[in-house]
Amino acid sequence: MNMEMPLRTGLLRATCAKAKVWPTSSSGGARKVGQLEEEPVSLDAERIKALMSAVADSRDIGAFELLYRHFYPRVRSYMVKMTRGNRILAEELAQETMMRVWHKAALFDPSKAQASTWIFTIARNQMIDSVRRALRPDFDPNDPAFVPDEFVAADLLIERKQSAAALGRAMTTLKGRYAEVLRMSFFEGLTHSTIAENLNLPIGTVKSRIRLACEKLRTALQDEAK
Amino acid sequence: MIEHHLDDDMLQQYAAGTLAEGWSVAVASHLALCPACRSKLSVLESVGGYFIDSETADETDVSQSWESLKAKIDAGQMDKVVPIKNRSASDQTYPEPLRTYIDAAGGLKWRQLGRGAAQMMIPTGDETTKVRLLMIPAGQPVPEHSHRGVELTLVLDGSFSDEVSTFARGDVEMADDSLMHQPKADAGKDCICLAVTEAPLRFKSRFLRLIQPMLGI
Repeated sequence: MNMEMPLRTGLLRATCAKAKVWPTSSSGGARKVGQLEEEPVSLDAERIKALMSAVADSRDIGAFELLYRHFYPRVRSYMVKMTRGNRILAEELAQETMMRVWHKAALFDPSKAQASTWIFTIARNQMIDSVRRALRPDFDPNDPAFVPDEFVAADLLIERKQSAAALGRAMTTLKGRYAEVLRMSFFEGLTHSTIAENLNLPIGTVKSRIRLACEKLRTALQDEAK
Repeated sequence: MIEHHLDDDMLQQYAAGTLAEGWSVAVASHLALCPACRSKLSVLESVGGYFIDSETADETDVSQSWESLKAKIDAGQMDKVVPIKNRSASDQTYPEPLRTYIDAAGGLKWRQLGRGAAQMMIPTGDETTKVRLLMIPAGQPVPEHSHRGVELTLVLDGSFSDEVSTFARGDVEMADDSLMHQPKADAGKDCICLAVTEAPLRFKSRFLRLIQPMLGI
């Protein structure tokens, strides 16, 4: 018996999840895995969501492999930037992030965020812990002092689902100087004062660009929701 | 109802993971009390997700990496288990994560500042900020405790007012050294605040430390 059998069956199950067909031929499975190794994996949002629930509900390692091949390289580029080019550490941290995705998949709530956003927050927390060696104080929804969200109406939930695509559109319409400061903060891990130094701008200009960018993104999202 | 919220630039740094721990204690404690700012935070975090999405995937060594992770999963290597905290609902003045910081410091220990005001320093791992709790007796002025740089105040109990506004539980006031005001705790209830300030620069050189007060830095 091939040791990798469970992986391949799992992968096929995930690949064919929509067709609800579970192929029995293992040789076909082996070819599929071979193809995956050659081609970059790019998944759309709906597919990612389906794979995330397969991982959460049935610990489907085949579904997780597809997610891994999609997200690991992206998280690794993030970590390469955060570690200022330390590729070995970046690979270790990206793998650790994906390990957490595997273990915490059941905590992912697709009605609240995109999978890529959720994975970004796990990668970010991993970066703060391992690169900055700092704590990240966070609120706790189970804390008795926590003030919960007001009742979320059904139509608002629909708006939230649409907002991922809307955010993508809003980001592409953002002028270069606004997208630039956001990118330097999110994807290069620079503080506002370091961004100001790098761009040779007063700190106040960087802060006002950030505030304007936030404002423009929120307005774009509200307009789409109307 | 919270009227004074976090600045977008601080919320954005918290979302990106670049905000120092001291400020983050106050930001996260405000977020615990403010659904509106949590909603802004999730928009900002989705900007992080957008950058992950739009990253061009470099496929080098992905298969090796997957095989090694798969081996770890097969070997049953588990993630660190986070212990569930024991919560008492007795005192809800201090939301998480602040409560954990107070507990780590051995619980509430007020030091008198004079005229009935008291403070408690909150230790963090962050040398760039000072974090403290302040208690101002009802009707008394807020004592001077910072002379330069940015200061964030989060009201936890009671309220204080300056010439322009009133700040109550959950409200945030951002001030810098250009702001000249003398806020007063409102009558009726002592006011408890969390205050975060920039720590004075610390120089490694003994000489620089000695002349620091003369240079006024």
